[in-house]
Amino acid sequence: MLERDGYRVDIRTKAHRGADGSPVPVIEGLAFTLPERAFTSVIGPSGCGKTTTLRILTGLDTAYDGAIDARFGDARIAVAFQEPRLLPWRTVAQNVALALPPGAERAARVAEALADVGLDGLGERYPSQLSLGQARRAALARAFAVRPDILFLDEPFVSLDESSAQHLRQLLLNLWARYRVTILMVTHNVREAVQLSDHIILLSQRPARVVDVVEVTLARNERDAESTTRFSQELAALYPTIVAL
Amino acid sequence: MADTSSLAPPRTAPRRIVPARTLAGALSVAAFFAVWMLGTWWMGPRLCPSPAAVFAFIVRETASGELPAELGITLARVAAAFVIAMTIGTAAGLLMGRSRLANTIGEPWLILLLNAPALIVIVLAYIWIGLTETAAIMAVAINKIPNVTVTIREGARAMDPQLTEMARIYRFSRRQMLTEVMLPQLQPYIAAAARSGIALIWKIVLVVELLGRSNGVGFQIHLYFQLFDVRAILGYTLAFVAVMLVVEFAVLQPWERRASRWRGGAR
Repeated sequence: MLERDGYRVDIRTKAHRGADGSPVPVIEGLAFTLPERAFTSVIGPSGCGKTTTLRILTGLDTAYDGAIDARFGDARIAVAFQEPRLLPWRTVAQNVALALPPGAERAARVAEALADVGLDGLGERYPSQLSLGQARRAALARAFAVRPDILFLDEPFVSLDESSAQHLRQLLLNLWARYRVTILMVTHNVREAVQLSDHIILLSQRPARVVDVVEVTLARNERDAESTTRFSQELAALYPTIVAL
Repeated sequence: MADTSSLAPPRTAPRRIVPARTLAGALSVAAFFAVWMLGTWWMGPRLCPSPAAVFAFIVRETASGELPAELGITLARVAAAFVIAMTIGTAAGLLMGRSRLANTIGEPWLILLLNAPALIVIVLAYIWIGLTETAAIMAVAINKIPNVTVTIREGARAMDPQLTEMARIYRFSRRQMLTEVMLPQLQPYIAAAARSGIALIWKIVLVVELLGRSNGVGFQIHLYFQLFDVRAILGYTLAFVAVMLVVEFAVLQPWERRASRWRGGAR
């Protein structure tokens, strides 16, 4: 299905501890290959274990049964979380600089990263002085500044108004095209996934397993509101329990 | 500690409230001196010397250099004990707040130290270490460490795991994790521990000096107690309280304001 080389993921089981101490299975048989330099999205019913998957792939959670590509550990990774997760006591520029590996040309990299996301001139602000949209941009600037091999996005545009979200999606696509990183995005929003992705991984209800990997066959320059919606509707018709419009 | 700037009263209010408050404050201070003078009148100048006599003593002893010297010695002990207590207490609190194992191991020690009367710690320190400066400062620090630990442990437990995760993803060094992620979150707790720490330490330092040192404010008060010189006792007390107020307003509060600069931002 995915002919290109990629990062292999095979999480056989993952359980959380329930309120009464008994294990609650979250993931059962989650296997896919994350193609390099492609934009892949993960969609599934809410609470199905998408964020847990991200935590495993980013190395934050190691208590699972299965195997993930060793290159996940070696790769330089970046994450844009649901919340921007900026250090509130550091300025925007300092927040970006802190993520950079030691020895990098910090000042220049920071300035470039902020310019990339249209935050030039706001580097001296504290995160509390930014709007949510600006804070999300700052988080994206930080993510791209580290020149990641893999970028993970956890519902990065949630709770933004549609026009700001649309701006940021376009920005993300531009940066992705420029830096050619491998992207894995978790989202609830099917249209967003269709608009941005090369592939969409569909997850089942909890415990999560891969139901299908769909290739978005729309050419990138033809992805307007209409074609995106049509593709999403077809997807929803095929997988009514997973894809909600 | 709380940021009250966003709770500013309506625009017309300050003009009326501030003078009223100042007046109430002034009245309260005046009442204090009135009670003092009443005491002088009641007990006589030997048992309760008048404010004027006490201030004259402070001025004379300051001019002779004795009072500043003794104050300096005591202040140095306060500073040393404070730094030791804050460092050890913060490290222990951080460890106990972050690690369940450390908490289990540390808990009995903490309970023991929290409930050990200051006097016993001081006496044992002098017996075991000797009547030395080290014993004096350690005794004061040990009295304060458990309070710092408890406060910082609270802060360590309240830290935002999301920021820790972010820092791990971006491979912050251990030093960065501490100085950029953890300590700023602990700052309000450190400030609270520092404030109550200073208040406790300077009181215990006087007892330590009284019991086993031959200089410092505590020793002087002991000396003048034996001479029954109430004027000198009150003079030393007032001078010392004044110095601690200066520390509070000139050191602690500006540091807190600086450390919480980032909170002020308005959208």
